[in-house]
Amino acid sequence: MRCDYACGTADHGIARRQFLGGLAAGSAAGIVGGLGTLTQPAAAKELATSQKRVLLFFMSGGLSQLESWDPKPKTDTGGPFRAIPTSVPGTHISELLPLTAQQMHHLAIVRSVNTKENEHSKGRFMMECGRRQMAGAKYPHIGAVAAKALAPENATLPGHIHITPGGSGGRSDNAAYLGPKYASIILGNGKPPQNSARAAELTVDADSRRNAFRRQLNNRFTARRKTAETDVYTYNYEQAQQLMRQGEVFDVSKEPAADHERYGKHAFGKHCLLARRLLENGITFVQVSHSNYDTHNENFNFHLEQVGEFDRSFSAIVNDLAVRGMLESTLIVVMSEFGRTPRINSRYGRDHWGKAWSVVLGGGRIHPGAVYGATNKNGTAVSDKEVDHGELFHTYLQAVGLDSTQSFHVGGREMPMADPAVSAIDELLV
Amino acid sequence: MAADPKQTHVATQWKHESRFICCRFDPQGRYVFAGAEDYAIHRFEVDTGTKVTLPEHDCWVRAFAFTPDGETMISAGSDGQLVWWPVAEAQPKPQRTVAAHDGWIRALAVSPDGKILASGGNDNRLKLWNIADGTLIHESPPHDSNVYSTFFHPGGEFVLSGTLLGAVKQWEVGTGKLVREFDAKTLHTYNGGQAVDYGGIRSMALSPDGQYFACGGLHKASNPLGAVNEPLVELFEWESQKKKVSHISDGKKGIIWRVVYHPDAFLIGGCGGSGGGLLFFWKPDQDKPFHTVKLPDTVRDMDLHPDGLRIATAHYDRHIRISSMTPKA
Repeated sequence: MRCDYACGTADHGIARRQFLGGLAAGSAAGIVGGLGTLTQPAAAKELATSQKRVLLFFMSGGLSQLESWDPKPKTDTGGPFRAIPTSVPGTHISELLPLTAQQMHHLAIVRSVNTKENEHSKGRFMMECGRRQMAGAKYPHIGAVAAKALAPENATLPGHIHITPGGSGGRSDNAAYLGPKYASIILGNGKPPQNSARAAELTVDADSRRNAFRRQLNNRFTARRKTAETDVYTYNYEQAQQLMRQGEVFDVSKEPAADHERYGKHAFGKHCLLARRLLENGITFVQVSHSNYDTHNENFNFHLEQVGEFDRSFSAIVNDLAVRGMLESTLIVVMSEFGRTPRINSRYGRDHWGKAWSVVLGGGRIHPGAVYGATNKNGTAVSDKEVDHGELFHTYLQAVGLDSTQSFHVGGREMPMADPAVSAIDELLV
Repeated sequence: MAADPKQTHVATQWKHESRFICCRFDPQGRYVFAGAEDYAIHRFEVDTGTKVTLPEHDCWVRAFAFTPDGETMISAGSDGQLVWWPVAEAQPKPQRTVAAHDGWIRALAVSPDGKILASGGNDNRLKLWNIADGTLIHESPPHDSNVYSTFFHPGGEFVLSGTLLGAVKQWEVGTGKLVREFDAKTLHTYNGGQAVDYGGIRSMALSPDGQYFACGGLHKASNPLGAVNEPLVELFEWESQKKKVSHISDGKKGIIWRVVYHPDAFLIGGCGGSGGGLLFFWKPDQDKPFHTVKLPDTVRDMDLHPDGLRIATAHYDRHIRISSMTPKA
C-alpha cells in the first residue's frame, strides 16, 4: 500500500530515508558507531576530519564581558580585575582566564555584539535561534539546525544534546518546524538520557521479544496509514534502543582519571569532559551550560568563583580538540543571553546589558586569534564593527561549512536557515 | 562626653569623584583613609576634610592597617601587594612594597605590639609579616576558601582568620599552629540553583572585656545573585566558644561589612546592600539592635574614631560620612 503522508511533502520523505538509513546501518552492522567506531583508528580519523560538529557553551545569566573577554582595567567601569596578555600578541583578556589566555590562538573574540535586548528569555532565544522572538513564529535552536543539516544520515545517536547543571533530563521542544527528531536531549547534571538503561527486572530476551512484537504491530499499522508523527514516534523507539546499546557513550567515568583531574572535579569539569566524549563519538551538537552569571550582587566575587571554574575546564577542552585534530571540524561558541552593565551598582553588581558585549568563537572556519570589533574606552558602547545575533548565527553555520543563505523545505514552504535580512561576518571566516 | 548611639547623626560628609570601597581612621584619629573605585587611596583630614590622594596602587584597595603609634599605614588590595606608607606626611610616598598574595588581599590586621602584620586573601592563605622589614614570618596552610577577614586578639598571642565558607580559625602567632576553630557556618550559604557560595566572615571583633567574639556577615540568602539576604552577627563566648546570641536586623536587608566594639561594650555593625546604608547597635544579651540608624546611601565599610564618639562610613554615592553619637550642635 502506498505511503500516504498526512501532508505529503518531500522533506518528510527525506526524513524517512534518513531514518531508514539509520536503521539499516544499525541492523547490518549490529549498531556500530559511537565507541565501536572510535576503536578503529581509520574511522576515528575520518570522523575527526570530515564530520562537522558544534560545541556551544552557554554562560547562563549573562557573563560579564568586562570580567572575561573585554576587560577595561583602570577605568570608571573596570572593576578590580586586571587584564593579562594571551597567546595572541596584543590581545588581552581578564586575569580570571589565565589558562584560556594560553589557548587564545585557537579562538576569536567578537567584542562588538549589540543585541539591544536586556531580558533573559528573549536574549537567550535571540542568541540560540538567531532571530528576535515574535508572537506566532517559532525558530529552531542552533543545535536543531546543526543536527538536521550536519548529522550523518546513518547516525545512531541523537544529533542535538544539552548538558545542563541540574534537572532530570528529557527532550526539549526547541526544534520548531524541523520537528521533534532534532530537539535537544537533555543530560541533566551530565546523567545519561532518562530511562536509557534496561530495567533490572526485564531480561534481555524478554526485552527483545517485546520490541519484536512492537515492530510487528508498527509494520501492520504503517502498511495502512502512516504520518510524519508516527514516523517520529517509531524513530524515537528505535533511537532509544540504540541509545541503550551505546550507553557507555554517556558514561564520563570511562574517561581517564588524569583527564578528570585536568578538567576539574566539579560538575562543570565533568560536563566538559562528557562533551568531549560525545563529540568524539560523533554527536553533532553539544551544548554545555554553566551557571550562574546573573550577578546583580557581588559581581566580582561571583565571577571569581564561576569564571575560575570555567577557565580550567574550557581551556582543557579547547586544547584537547586542537591536539586531537578536531578543531578544524568543530566550531566552539561561548555565548550568553547578554553581557553585563559597565556601570557597577551599589552592591558591587552589574546588571543586564545587551548593548555592547562579547562572544567567543573558535574552530571550523573561524579565523584563529582574531579580535573582531571593539567597544569604547570604558565599554559603554560599541565603537567599531557592530554585529548582532543574526549575523553571528549566519557565522556559526558558515563556520561549519553550511550555506546559511539556504532554506529548509517544510510543508511546502521555504524556511530560511538564518535571518535573510543579515549575513555572516566574512572577516571572521577563513 | 559619653557616646549616645540614639543621638547618632551625620555630622559631616566629603564628596569625591569615585565610589568608595573601604575606610579607616588612623589610631590618632587625625585622618580617614579611604579606598575608592578609582584605584587610589584618599586621605581626608578629619577636622578640615582636606583630601590628599595616594595613587600608587594599581588596583582597588580593600584593606588598611596601622601601627599602634599611628606612624605607619599599610594598604592592600586586588593586586596582591602590601604597601607601607607614612601616615602624616604632606604627600605620602610608598616606603615599601611587597608582593604578598596570589590574587586579592581582602583583609589586614596589625598585632597589638605593632610588630606583625596579618594578611589574608584569595589564595586562601593567612600570612604573617614582619612590619619592620616586610619579611614573611609565617604562611598558613590553605583554608577551605578565600580568607575574607583577619583579626588579632588584643593579648597578642593569637590571630584569627575567617573565610567565605564560614570557617574561623584561631592561630598561635608565635608558632603558626592552629589552636582551634569557631563554627560560624551560619554565615555561609551555598545556593544550588545558582551554583554559588555566598556570605562569609566579613568582619570580626572582640568585646572590651574579652568575653565575647563577634563574626559579622549575612544569612537568609534566598537569592545571592539578587542581593536578597539579611545581615547577621554571630556572637560567641570567647573562652567556651558557645554561641551567645545571633544579632539580627529585624527584617532589614544587607550585609554586615564591619563590626566594631565600642569601649562601652555595645557592638556597632555597618551594613549595606539592598536595604540601603544602616548602622546597628547591639547589646551582648539581645538579638535585635537597641538602635538602628538609616544613612543616606548604602554603606560599604565603617570604622569607629579613637574618641569613641564618631563613626566613619564609606559610601557608594561617592561620600565619606562622619556620624556623631552626640546630640546635634
